Parts: sequence; structure tokens; C-alpha cells
Amino acid sequence: MLTRSSIKPWYLVHKWTSLICTAFMLLLCLTGLPLIFADEIDRALGYSVTPPDLPETAERADLDAIISAAKARRPGDAVQFIVADPDEPDLWFVRMAESVAAAKPSAFYAFDARTGDYLHQYPLDQGIMNVVLRLHVDMFAGLWGTLFLGLMGLLLVASLVSGVVLYGPFMRKLAFGTVRRKQSIRLKWLDLHNLLGIVTLVWFLVVSATGVINTLATPIFGQWQSGELADMIAPYRTMPTAQELGSVQKALDAARRVAPDMSLSFMAFPGNGFAGPRHFVAFMQGNSPLTSKLLKPVLIDAQTGVVVETRELPWYVTALLISKPLHFGDYGGLPLKIIWALLDLLSIAVLGSGLYLWLKKRNVSIEVRLDALPNGSEKQRDSA
Amino acid sequence: MKTSLTGIQIWALPVLLGLVSACGLTAALLFDGIGDAVSWLALATPVVAALWYGVRRT
Repeated sequence: MLTRSSIKPWYLVHKWTSLICTAFMLLLCLTGLPLIFADEIDRALGYSVTPPDLPETAERADLDAIISAAKARRPGDAVQFIVADPDEPDLWFVRMAESVAAAKPSAFYAFDARTGDYLHQYPLDQGIMNVVLRLHVDMFAGLWGTLFLGLMGLLLVASLVSGVVLYGPFMRKLAFGTVRRKQSIRLKWLDLHNLLGIVTLVWFLVVSATGVINTLATPIFGQWQSGELADMIAPYRTMPTAQELGSVQKALDAARRVAPDMSLSFMAFPGNGFAGPRHFVAFMQGNSPLTSKLLKPVLIDAQTGVVVETRELPWYVTALLISKPLHFGDYGGLPLKIIWALLDLLSIAVLGSGLYLWLKKRNVSIEVRLDALPNGSEKQRDSA
Repeated sequence: MKTSLTGIQIWALPVLLGLVSACGLTAALLFDGIGDAVSWLALATPVVAALWYGVRRT
């Protein structure tokens, strides 16, 4: 059991980490709530597209025709990526930008994968959900905003861990789930804070830690690009960059042949940071629930359409890819999203009650509060 | 004054809820169908516990 003097540092850690991060965590929990349902909201707002009903067919449109159609829509722009969605096998998405290496896209098109028909252009950087997303991801402050939120997330993890340590001494005289409603409002909220904090603990800890990992996405991919990807394209460095691209369809077919039990997640075009100067990189995903979250890069010569190398992603990229579903809650259908939202609401209650408890007692010294703990035996006080 | 609870009395339910939550977080990640259902049930458990203890009158 913790003694009075050994509780104090944990108490201070819990208080200060919480005080620093709570405002930002409230922002993240509030903006995160609608983001859980981003797909459903996009659909309801008409931002996304459903492929038209056609008779069942195995017919697939030629990818090169789709690329040409996309280019014809924005003749000055370059195709950066083609993207597939396992939930929408009848759609191809084409991401365009002012240059193939540009950070920001200029257009995101959807094509019918069966007929090759142009279907839809996704609105970029528009609407209330975009504001919510930016607030959640970087507070409109770019990479530094994201990294700052990652730091706040680390403080939350420290706050949760110290909160668990404090749970024991606080509950020494109370049966699990006791809420003392009659004595004072503050005591009631202290008990609710402890109850809600301990029942949501594992979920909150996992969503916080995976959120922190997600804030590191840019450095993580940067490390992969300057390490593994640079290694993969190093033998071809002295060769001229690809002037005329060969067939994209041929490149994709070649990637599928070397990864027969996988399907394409997205393919980066030559000159993009995720590809080589003269190579496509096709990122293949598995077909089981877990492996569909993981990616395997396949390097393809952009002129000949021949696969030149493939290798597994390093552990740190895999950690990032696994962190995404565990943070978003989008891997178990709509019921899981609803439960995610309820747990998010409970977390807001934990943050809010913690803030309330501090406001109520901020003028009371820590010694007085530690004395008020249900400490029980005098023996323990003597040993402290 | 009430006697102190033992460590087991304090931690049994929190540890159990934590393990159930962990199962819920992983089941749908590993398996479709039944895995999704296990996740729903397991992750609904802390929500139900919060509501049960949080709103009951004693």
C-alpha cells in the first residue's frame, strides 16, 4: 500500500499533467466526437459518392483511360496517387496536385471502376467538418500544432497512469462504484471522477497513446522515405527520371502478380515523396481484418511496368498503421463507432469532473487533502 | 470507522473491466463477424458499468 509520503509525488504529477493538458484534451474529445462519424456525415452532406447500381459484372475499366480522363479535367496538374477503398470496390480515386510532389492536393476525383465513368469531385478544405478536423489534427498550426497536441497527449497518458496509482488509496474504504451523493457535491463528483476514470481507463489510454503515435505520422513517414525508400531506389539513382510514364494498368497488374493475396491500397506516381523519380510504388494491403490495415510497398519501373523490388514496411510504420484504427474506432462497423462515441462522452465527463475538482479545491493545501484520505491505520501515518 | 479493503477487493473489478476492454479493442481488429460482435459487447461493458454505478440511487 502507498504511504502518505509516497502518494504526494503521484498526486502532484496527476494534478499538473492534467492541468496542462485538460483544455486541449477537451478540445480533442469534443472535435473527435463528430469525427468518429466523418464517413456517415460526408455521405449525408453529399460530399462522398455511392457507385451507381449496375448489373453484377467482373468487368474492370482500363486504369490508363481513367488517368487520362482525370488529366483532361485538370490539364495543368499532375496525378499524385490513385487510391482504392476496400469498402467501395467499384470506385477508383485519383488525387491531383499542381505538381506530383506537392503537399496539398488540387482535386480528388472518383471514377467508376467498372465503366471508367467520372462520378464525382470531393470538396477539399471546405465545410464545417474540415474545420473540426483541422482543430483536432493541428489547430490550424501545421506540423508544430500536431506535434504540440502529441505532447499534450503524452501528458494525458501520464495523468491517466498517475490517476490509476491514486485510485487505490482513494478507494481504500469504498466499495467499487460507490458514489457518495448526500455529503457534498464535491465528494459526489470526486467519486464519479474515480468511477468513470477507472472504467474507461484502458480505452482512454489506448486512444490517447495511439493518438500520440498518429501525431508522429509525418516524421515516421519521413524516416521511411529517407531510409527504406531511399535504399530501395538507390540502385536507380544515376538513371534519368521517367519522362513518359508507361501503362499504369500494366504496373498495377505486375504489383498484383507479386502480391496475389493482396489488393491495392494506393499507388504513388514517380516524383512523389512516396515513390521514386522513375518508379511507381504500389502500396498493397492484405485481405484479412488485421492485414488490411498493413501495407507492403512494391517498387515498379514506371516505363516498363516491371516490378523491381518489394519489401515489408519497418516496425515503426506498422505501429503507425495499427494505431490508426485503434484511434479512429472505424474497424467494427457502426455499432463500434457508437460505443466509441459513448466512451468519448464518458472521457469528457472524466476531464470535466477533474477540472471541477481542482477549481473547488485549488486553495486547499495538498497536506490537508492527503489528511482527508481514508487512511485508516495510525500505524501507516507513523511510518510515513 | 470502516475497515480498509484489501487490494483484491479494490482492484478486482477495475482489472476485470480493463481486461474486457482490451479484448474488445483487439477482437474486431483480428476477426470479422464474430470479432465485431465480441468488440461491441466487450466495449459496451465499461459504458454499462459507468451508467449502472453512476446513476443508481443508494
